[in-house]
Amino acid sequence: MLAPQIAIVLVFFYWPAVQTLVQSVFIQDAFGGSLQFVGLENFEMLFADELYLNSFRVTAIFSVAVTLIGLVASLTLAYFADRAIRGAIAFRTLLIVPYAVAPAIVGVLWVFLFSPSLGVVSHWLRHVGVQWNHLLDGNHAMILVIIAAVWKQISYNFIFFLAGLQSIPKSLIEAAALDGAGAWRTFRSVIFPLLSPTTFFLLVINVVYAFFDTFAIIDTATGGGPAKATEILVYKVFYDGFKALDLGSSAAQSVILMSIVIVLTVVQFRYIERRVNY
Amino acid sequence: MNASVPTHLPSWPRGALSAAVATAALVLAMPASAQTEIQWWHSMTSANNDRVNALAEGFNKSQSEYRVVPIYKGGYAESMTAGIAAFRAGNAPHIIQIFEVGTATMMSAKGAIVPVEKLMKDAGLKFDRQAYVPAVAGYYTTSDGQMLSFPFNSSTTVFYYNKDAFAKAGIDKVPQTWPEVAAAAGKLKASGFACAYTTSFPSWVHLESFSAWHNVPFATEQNGFGGPNARLTIDTPLHERHLNNLAQWARDGWFQYAGRGAEGDSKFASGECAMGTASSAAYANIKRNAEFDFGIARLPYYSDVQGAPQNTVIGGASLWVMAGRPAAEYKGVARFFEFLSSPENQAAWHQGTGYLPLTLAAYELTKQSGFYEKNPGTDISVEQMIVKTTDKSRGIRLGNFLQIRDVNHEEMESLFAGKQTAKQALQKMTTRGNDLLARFERTARN
Repeated sequence: MLAPQIAIVLVFFYWPAVQTLVQSVFIQDAFGGSLQFVGLENFEMLFADELYLNSFRVTAIFSVAVTLIGLVASLTLAYFADRAIRGAIAFRTLLIVPYAVAPAIVGVLWVFLFSPSLGVVSHWLRHVGVQWNHLLDGNHAMILVIIAAVWKQISYNFIFFLAGLQSIPKSLIEAAALDGAGAWRTFRSVIFPLLSPTTFFLLVINVVYAFFDTFAIIDTATGGGPAKATEILVYKVFYDGFKALDLGSSAAQSVILMSIVIVLTVVQFRYIERRVNY
Repeated sequence: MNASVPTHLPSWPRGALSAAVATAALVLAMPASAQTEIQWWHSMTSANNDRVNALAEGFNKSQSEYRVVPIYKGGYAESMTAGIAAFRAGNAPHIIQIFEVGTATMMSAKGAIVPVEKLMKDAGLKFDRQAYVPAVAGYYTTSDGQMLSFPFNSSTTVFYYNKDAFAKAGIDKVPQTWPEVAAAAGKLKASGFACAYTTSFPSWVHLESFSAWHNVPFATEQNGFGGPNARLTIDTPLHERHLNNLAQWARDGWFQYAGRGAEGDSKFASGECAMGTASSAAYANIKRNAEFDFGIARLPYYSDVQGAPQNTVIGGASLWVMAGRPAAEYKGVARFFEFLSSPENQAAWHQGTGYLPLTLAAYELTKQSGFYEKNPGTDISVEQMIVKTTDKSRGIRLGNFLQIRDVNHEEMESLFAGKQTAKQALQKMTTRGNDLLARFERTARN
């Protein structure tokens, strides 16, 4: 009975992974006609490139911001949705809708809102004295892709947080209230610790999301620009592989990215999971 | 937790895409009984997509042996990636439209393509090199004179201006040179225009076409025509002067950077910017959307540079014939190309889209029909291109050109954001571009 599962895992996960490892030590033309073994040269070239090293910094800022803001915002929303009595269903449905929007469309949508000359948001910003221009200002571009990426993921986080909140026994919260705990104290000492399995799960999911699933948003919103200000690692993998047709370098970057995620996941399970109470 | 998600990204086209392509091919092949199907992958959208379909339909009605099936495959980069993946999976389409920056890659892939000249000769059809507009066909021709791909939609860089805005600002002479553009920009700004000037495709207009227009080289080896060992030659005082001016105008609020692609077109067409440099093929779109009177003029230049103005370079795309299909099917492709190059079809395409005419006969036909008098400015692009080209102006054909353009855009963005000087930008463009050229040289099979 295990055979089909194993076959799927082999074909869809191990075979491509091995292909990537193989391709990362070759350079070839786009059509695959001239295959040259170059050893670790693709990797050496990447680490000699200060722009690639800068991409690590960009990725770190982007991933930390997307994960943190995404988790805090959705937990806040879920907390209030859980307490809401009237219109709770409508409120929840509205919060879940963004998850159904394709990432590329999310990018276009936010670019439109923030368009320097036509956008509604940039119009408001002008009134408060901010000359918004994500086409040239790297910080503006970064803020734009973070907002778009967070917005897209909030729904997902929200569903899990809400489910987590609803599974907390009411008796515990009532007990806390009887002991004289205020809302904040109850949240910090009772609710948040009980939510920790959900939070941990979402932390892992959100880090992976920020690392890998955001390149469509970046592609349509900024194209990695201006001047590489929003070029995260996975976007460069996509660009070099699918646009520039440089499979050797793209494969080498995938291998690096794979190592990073393995390390991150091990760290998360080793150190953070210890603090989780199931 | 699934840490291996990203690892199959680079090899994705081989598996998933080829499967999709195979399925698509099966589905498409089914209704064909007696007719031979010719697949044509293209990247034309909206009005031009309709024209592509109309061309295929016209050909299909003109004979009964072959049926051309146009398939929209996404933007230029996506469609090229898909075509290469299909070829690697042994399932290439017959015809694929490839943008000009992909030309060097296609040319170095000797076994993957069928040269158009060979295709026509094998099919027993007449092929006359002299019939084609030299500056257009020359771009797709090898150094020994063989035309490799069929130039389909070629455009060049021109200057658009808002006549109503000019009248309001009291400008009575259309700017011919960059200093005149600056003078006009000052007046437009004073008359209340927030954006006097913008541009589409900054690297194409302000570095590539700019070089040819001033008859200075963009790269060695005749801008890459001579072989894959070309290197960039844009770190010059002339290029520095021009980028410096653009950066100064950006600081003065005259010039607005619109993005790396065709975004400048809509900034001009919406009336937001009063002057714009863009592709001649933006004409149809601007004409449909602009609620003001506009004019087209030649690309501005610096009049003190000797040999300027020379000619501008082409952009756009050409049709490549992919190898590996049964021999009989290529006869249909050749017949289709013959149909496409007829003066009537060419003239209609040129007049409807703003793309350059491919043959001299189509240009003559358009001229005789009085089209240029009725639509003043539409002949500007042809005039810019129809002169005798030099080794420096014939065009720019470099490997890894897509990345080189993006490098140029990145460095220009840093320049316009005030983070570096024009000199620094050009130096970085040259070093980074040359690294990309060196990498291409190693894999090019010439």
